[in-house]
Amino acid sequence: MLKIDNLHASVENKAILKGLDLTVGAGEVHAIMGPNGSGKSTLGHVLAGRPGYTVTAGSAQLLGQDLLTLDTEERAHLGLFLAYQYPVEIPGVSNMEFLKASVDAVREHRNVPALDSVSFMKQAREACKAVNLDQAFLKRGVNEGFSGGEKKRNELMQMMLLAPKLCIMDETDSGLDIDALQVVADGINAMRSADRSFILVTHYQRLLNFIKPDRVHVLSGGRIVKSGDHSLALELEERGYAWLEDVA
Amino acid sequence: MNDFMQQALAAAARSAPPWLEPLQAQGREAWSKTSLPTRKTEAWKYTSLQALQKTFSAAPTQAAGSPLGDVPLPKLTGPTLVFTDGHYRSDLSTTELPAGLRLVRFADATSDQAERIAAALGSAILPGRHVFAPLNDATLTDGVFMDVPANTHIETPVHIAWLTTGQNESISVTQRLLVCLGENSGATLVESFANTATGGTAFTNGLTELLIGRGAQLNHYRLHLEQGDVVHIGGVHARQDADSVLNGFHLALGSALKRIDLVVDQQGPGAHSSLDGLYLPRGTETVDYHTCIEHAVPHCTSQERFRGIIADEASAVFNGRIHIHPQAQKTRAELSNKNLLTSNKAEINTKPELEIYADDVQCAHGATVAQLDPLTLHYLRTRGVPRDEAEVMLSYGFINELVEAVAQAELQAFLKPLLARRFARDSRLTRHIL
Repeated sequence: MLKIDNLHASVENKAILKGLDLTVGAGEVHAIMGPNGSGKSTLGHVLAGRPGYTVTAGSAQLLGQDLLTLDTEERAHLGLFLAYQYPVEIPGVSNMEFLKASVDAVREHRNVPALDSVSFMKQAREACKAVNLDQAFLKRGVNEGFSGGEKKRNELMQMMLLAPKLCIMDETDSGLDIDALQVVADGINAMRSADRSFILVTHYQRLLNFIKPDRVHVLSGGRIVKSGDHSLALELEERGYAWLEDVA
Repeated sequence: MNDFMQQALAAAARSAPPWLEPLQAQGREAWSKTSLPTRKTEAWKYTSLQALQKTFSAAPTQAAGSPLGDVPLPKLTGPTLVFTDGHYRSDLSTTELPAGLRLVRFADATSDQAERIAAALGSAILPGRHVFAPLNDATLTDGVFMDVPANTHIETPVHIAWLTTGQNESISVTQRLLVCLGENSGATLVESFANTATGGTAFTNGLTELLIGRGAQLNHYRLHLEQGDVVHIGGVHARQDADSVLNGFHLALGSALKRIDLVVDQQGPGAHSSLDGLYLPRGTETVDYHTCIEHAVPHCTSQERFRGIIADEASAVFNGRIHIHPQAQKTRAELSNKNLLTSNKAEINTKPELEIYADDVQCAHGATVAQLDPLTLHYLRTRGVPRDEAEVMLSYGFINELVEAVAQAELQAFLKPLLARRFARDSRLTRHIL
């Protein structure tokens, strides 16, 4: 699904990723953990092509295609989805209009027939229900005045409608109370399938009690310094990250 | 007097009703003493009148039945008066009036009506506040008087369309509208200005006066849809009595030059004035809105929201003056002006101008100038929305709040596609907005 080799990236001329290697197979769930400033969020932004994030070396392939030469929207069409840690508010653009534009664009490029308005509305309402978001949110401006938890659930709703191949969840659990976390985890678990992979970027192992990862990686100093199974996350919770910096 | 000023007088047609002659004479007199503003005049600092240095002549009457061509005009239920090049077109107008409403052309006024019109004309214009008012008086041959008697509520909108069809030569057109709302009455008025697709150069001198009686409410929409070489210099001057409400919505697509002055004079306590406005110049067009709210008495409120999107090498001016007189205690006034520049060569000059002489007032103002936010654009693209469509969605989103606030449903239905398409090269880019 995803193959990253020796990825180096910088933001404002400051090197953040320094030789990151990561391979995620189809249907797998990988967790990336690490201390603040280790480059966890940067990885997602680099893969999504955010302005200001410069790749200086290395490669990243999604489904065998070179991700780094594609425009941001082309990456989305191919199947990449980044759930933001801080979703953007867009007053004046309704959530519905935004979702329809996204779904239409993605389906068009995947050669899937367009959804008519009625079918789209039906799917959108179902997605709202699945993430426990009132349908009134469809008519509001994108994320406009949403609470932190509502924004995260709105991200999840977009993910459900776009049916991506690789979902990168950037600290989706941060700022969520335990009920909201359960809703988000249920949503993610429901979307797991043999041809869809997940990268859960998180600070805490708490999320991994709800979504069992196949692999856990520790990112430190811009590289993956240790990988293991779920037990690594539990160990991190017990021991913190400091001991790994010695390993690195 | 320079060439333009002399020509402007010479262009006046001679077929006015006799009762307008004293007003014309006064106007000629005042105009001959007027100096045309220059860039050194504070209120014209950013707007040049160079576009007026041409030969303008009075437009000939358009024959009845002559086609309008492709003019984008709202289709509204209710009476519609259409003027082309300053001349009334009965063949294009619908004059069936709702009960109670009087809608009279100056040219048709009975002697009683003429007396009322003559007494009221100019009374809403504060002295010295409209440089081109004397020229409007001097060249006035016809206009419209909209009269809503006390305690009368007119539900259907009244639509007055002022069109220029454009000849080979440059024409000059005088537009005048007088609106009187009696006590506790209510009405909705839509003024549209447009030119036909074949339109040539035109200079429109527009002037609308609103006299809003105690407890009355006027919903006033003024749409400047003229494009191309049209120069429009005009304004709306309103006087509000106690507890009256003026809800104004103003739109200006760009053309060679548009300068619109909106002056609201609150003369009775409890009056509320709301002005929303959009200006969207592109190419090398110029739009200049000068607004002024005179809070002259206590316990009045005002709210202004103006948004502009300025593209290419276009320029815009927004000057929002709020004048709170010493006796106008307990005034609440809000002014917000937001601008989006979509090109490095676009220009906006925005100035909130607060003059507060009372001490117990609440006044908030703000002006912003921005470009499309790159991270917001990126966010849309991470969801697969192509860049060009994302730009159209965000540009329209910038003004959407004010479009959604247009209470007249038919008008909103007209405005949405008109404005959305303004930002898009092809219709696919607006398909999710509409």
